Amino acid sequence: MTKKHLHFYGGVHPQESKTASGAAIVSAPLLATYVVPLQQHIGVPAKPVVAKGDKVLRGQLIGEPGGFISAAIHAPTSGTVKEIATCLGPAGNQLPAVILESDGDDLAAEPMPALDWPNASPDELKKRIAEAGIVGMGGAAFPSVVKLSPPPNKTIDTLILNGVECEPCLTADHRLMLEKPEQVITGARITARVLGVKRVIIAIEENKPDAVALLQEKAAGTEVEVRSLRVRYPQGAEKQLIYALTGRKVPSGGLPMDVGCVVQNVGTASAICEAVCEGKPLYERVTTVTGSPLVAPGNWRFRVGTPYAEAIKLAGGVKVDPVKIISGGPMMGMAVYSLDIPIMKNCSGILLLAADEVRQYESSPCIRCGRCNDTCPMGMMPGILSVQIEKERFELAEQWHVLDCIECGCCAYGCPAGRPLVQLMRRAKGEVMAARKAKAAKKA
Amino acid sequence: MTETTVRLPDTTRLVVSSSPHFHEDASVRKIMLVVIAALAPACLAGVWTFGLRALWVLLVCTAACMLVEALCVKLQGRASTLPDGSAALTGLLLGMNLPVTTPTWMCVVGAVMAIGIGKMIYGGLGYNPFNPALVGRVALLMAFPTALTTWVAPLASPLQWAGVDSVTQATPLGTPWAGEQLFSTWELFIGRTGGSLGETCVPALLLGGVLLIALKIIRWQVPVCFIGTVAVITGIAHLAAPEQVAPPLLHIMSGGLILGAFFMATDMVTTPLGRMGAVIFGVGCGVITAVIRLWGSYPEGVSFSILIMNAFTPLIDRYTAGKPFGVISHPGREVKL
Amino acid sequence: MTAVIILTLIGVLLGLAIALTVRYFGAPVDPLAEQVAELMPGANCGACGFAGCNDYVQAMVSGKAKPGLCPSQSADALQKVCVLLGVASEGRAEKVAVVCCSGTDQYAIRRAFYNGVNDCHSAMLVAGGSKGCVYGCLGLGSCARACPFGAIEMRADHIAVVHPEICVGCGKCVTVCPRRIIKLVPKSAPVHVFCSSPEKAPVKRKVCSAACIGCRKCVKAAGENQMFINGFLASVNYENPPSADIVAVCPPKVLRTEAQPAASAASAAPAAPEAPAATTAP
Repeated sequence: MTKKHLHFYGGVHPQESKTASGAAIVSAPLLATYVVPLQQHIGVPAKPVVAKGDKVLRGQLIGEPGGFISAAIHAPTSGTVKEIATCLGPAGNQLPAVILESDGDDLAAEPMPALDWPNASPDELKKRIAEAGIVGMGGAAFPSVVKLSPPPNKTIDTLILNGVECEPCLTADHRLMLEKPEQVITGARITARVLGVKRVIIAIEENKPDAVALLQEKAAGTEVEVRSLRVRYPQGAEKQLIYALTGRKVPSGGLPMDVGCVVQNVGTASAICEAVCEGKPLYERVTTVTGSPLVAPGNWRFRVGTPYAEAIKLAGGVKVDPVKIISGGPMMGMAVYSLDIPIMKNCSGILLLAADEVRQYESSPCIRCGRCNDTCPMGMMPGILSVQIEKERFELAEQWHVLDCIECGCCAYGCPAGRPLVQLMRRAKGEVMAARKAKAAKKA
Repeated sequence: MTETTVRLPDTTRLVVSSSPHFHEDASVRKIMLVVIAALAPACLAGVWTFGLRALWVLLVCTAACMLVEALCVKLQGRASTLPDGSAALTGLLLGMNLPVTTPTWMCVVGAVMAIGIGKMIYGGLGYNPFNPALVGRVALLMAFPTALTTWVAPLASPLQWAGVDSVTQATPLGTPWAGEQLFSTWELFIGRTGGSLGETCVPALLLGGVLLIALKIIRWQVPVCFIGTVAVITGIAHLAAPEQVAPPLLHIMSGGLILGAFFMATDMVTTPLGRMGAVIFGVGCGVITAVIRLWGSYPEGVSFSILIMNAFTPLIDRYTAGKPFGVISHPGREVKL
Repeated sequence: MTAVIILTLIGVLLGLAIALTVRYFGAPVDPLAEQVAELMPGANCGACGFAGCNDYVQAMVSGKAKPGLCPSQSADALQKVCVLLGVASEGRAEKVAVVCCSGTDQYAIRRAFYNGVNDCHSAMLVAGGSKGCVYGCLGLGSCARACPFGAIEMRADHIAVVHPEICVGCGKCVTVCPRRIIKLVPKSAPVHVFCSSPEKAPVKRKVCSAACIGCRKCVKAAGENQMFINGFLASVNYENPPSADIVAVCPPKVLRTEAQPAASAASAAPAAPEAPAATTAP
């Protein structure tokens, strides 16, 4: 019996297209070369601790955190470091990377000792999470150890596990919950122990009743509660999720910890469980490779450093040429132009779209129909903002709260004029933040 | 196992754009066409009541508006904007707001005023502050008051041609109220009265209006608040002075209030964006309409009230933008980063 | 008739009232500031660092600033301003802007069709735009829109070209360009290196056939210290530039005068397939 939850304002309901939800996770076969980026997370890139010619084992540390907000990087397989170079990232920028030539043996390094987590101290657990290079696997890739170390003045009382997967087409989290439910629940409980919270909620959208039922069964008797939420994009967005489950509103410019919550993806929880209970660092993840141009969409467990080309090959290649290749989901993912981009810790999906599924953005004027305002989960007026941003009135955009935009895409999804609203918001956010920085620097 | 060749995508024809990459099947053209379709019942009712000349006026206005827009856009050196359907819609609305005996050349002048002055000089669709159809109508009213206030009685047959020899008749609001209704409630409802060719038939207008609300193309707040405010104010005034003020039902069913409330005061470009703004706009229009009708020298004030409220739209937007999710109203408790 | 007389009288009286008000209550006007203001170009471009021409005039007249900071003022007018202010005139280096890129559609590979806001900054947010070289001109016109004098031409083949005869060197385009490839150089310099990519030659050539390959032919052909080479990118020493005939030695014709078009020694980039749709405009 699931409790009722609050409905956040706005949101849209795109076609779910979860064609790959029936495909069980398959481990991807070993490749000859892995291009492992040293920046797979928000923050400072990792510093390489290996050099050209070094032999490494699977799970061995190849990059150490480069700063406070950084994460460790581990080798996805055993082999030789071909070179330390750069690779193309999904955002079109160059990332520092370790090019690893696999020796085919896939020998593992000595795993870290398994921890008795119910009795381990939160600090020990956090140390393990950091050593394993765990980052948020829902897409944002924020280093988990930093997220799980809120400042002492913030009291956390609720841990929310995000199994919502509100993005259309993506099914990786769904399959993970169906196939490794104990791992997800244990990961949640470990995280709860780190934070010192008693209230743990796993949130899943109603369109995954099998996952809801299974997790409820496995979580019975533990402090973990499983809640089923209505299907509405972006139900999985942090602020909307917290509101739906607790009624609390994350303040503008603030973080979930400001309202006593921490939100974590189910994939991250599973990785934490593996790191703590098996001593396994993070070097692979479940990714959905889907889209109508593909022959056989599905979900695979890829090692980091797998080029998108290999992932598409596993999905049987294409029957028609796609017009867009997207890293992530269709609502917030990044369109890429190359198949050489490697899968990273935060890549939840590779989506191919055919020509008839893609609608081009147009340079038409805003007709002020208000659909954007009706669907914006943050209650903003993207139409008016877009006109201001086109005129480069960024100070006006700041007054109209452009920084509150979560870039969910609901506005542009429904815009009859086909305006590139999210791109305009991103432009404005960049300019406003740069202006604030310049102002702060001037004062200093 | 047979080897099947796995084909990788050709990456030379990929498109990159910002997210989102899914899009609803909505377009400006679709919206305009649906609104035109919603107006069709009222147009048919107008032709039924006022004869074939009504169809002629509607066609002339629509064609003239489209022509003027095409010309202006060409002069601006832009690609044609006719496919978005907004010029056709403006033309139709302009025609529906004119008496059936409006001379053809006057319709064309109205179209030039509506599209040229009411829309294109501001930059076209999306940039105009005032409702273009109403700009055209009010311009004609100011320039040719007699022609625009000459009303014919409903014709016996829709095939007739309303002309010089048609019987003129005052509109329900045209004659000062003297305590007795000139037309029966049924005549008012079904539209067998004098008036602009698209404003008289209530059920036809309501059908279209409710359709637009159901399809979420217009906000229900505007017509409800507009008509409701007029009803309340005229109701109070009628109760206070039954011999001087017509009953509210008469006010609602005549003077183009329903046409204005459902189709003109809901024009997306010139009205506030949000829901609260829609309420304020509707109430404001209602107040001004009632004031003009009761105490102003014009028998009806819907056109003027909408235009006046159009001028307030940016202000209403600014003050009804509301605070986004999570913005705290009390400065002391704001989270500082 | 009486109406005409009365209205005329009212007009005359009001005119007198205005004149008297201006005479006795008007703000004091510095005649020197007015004279100097006449000699300013009035473009309010901000290149001098002040908030418009008037602000600069006030600063000059009060002695807080020297004349000569205005790049769009003619030398003649500058001389007159110096005479008015009683200040010795210092030389002013005439600068113009140069877009250091030759990557037109003909030479630069397009790696994807970009669909989005028609603005360089916005394109940077979407996989860095459509051109293959991450150091090249995006060709969407942010610089042209920022130029107060209309000196930058956005060519149809997606490259920005500065017209030196119109450019006054105010530097607005330099700050606006998100790739930072516009440079302010002395007007007198005859040649420039129209490439900004520091990548290795094979990497560069893959994405653009009009790239500086770092062959060092120009360094050898030029006089001492006239050309610099930094890794795989050559640049002109603007304090001591080479003469215009050095353009003959550059194989990809990237070291050239402004007037010359880029012409590649090798073949141009392969013909691009048809775009699915146009870019959008801001």
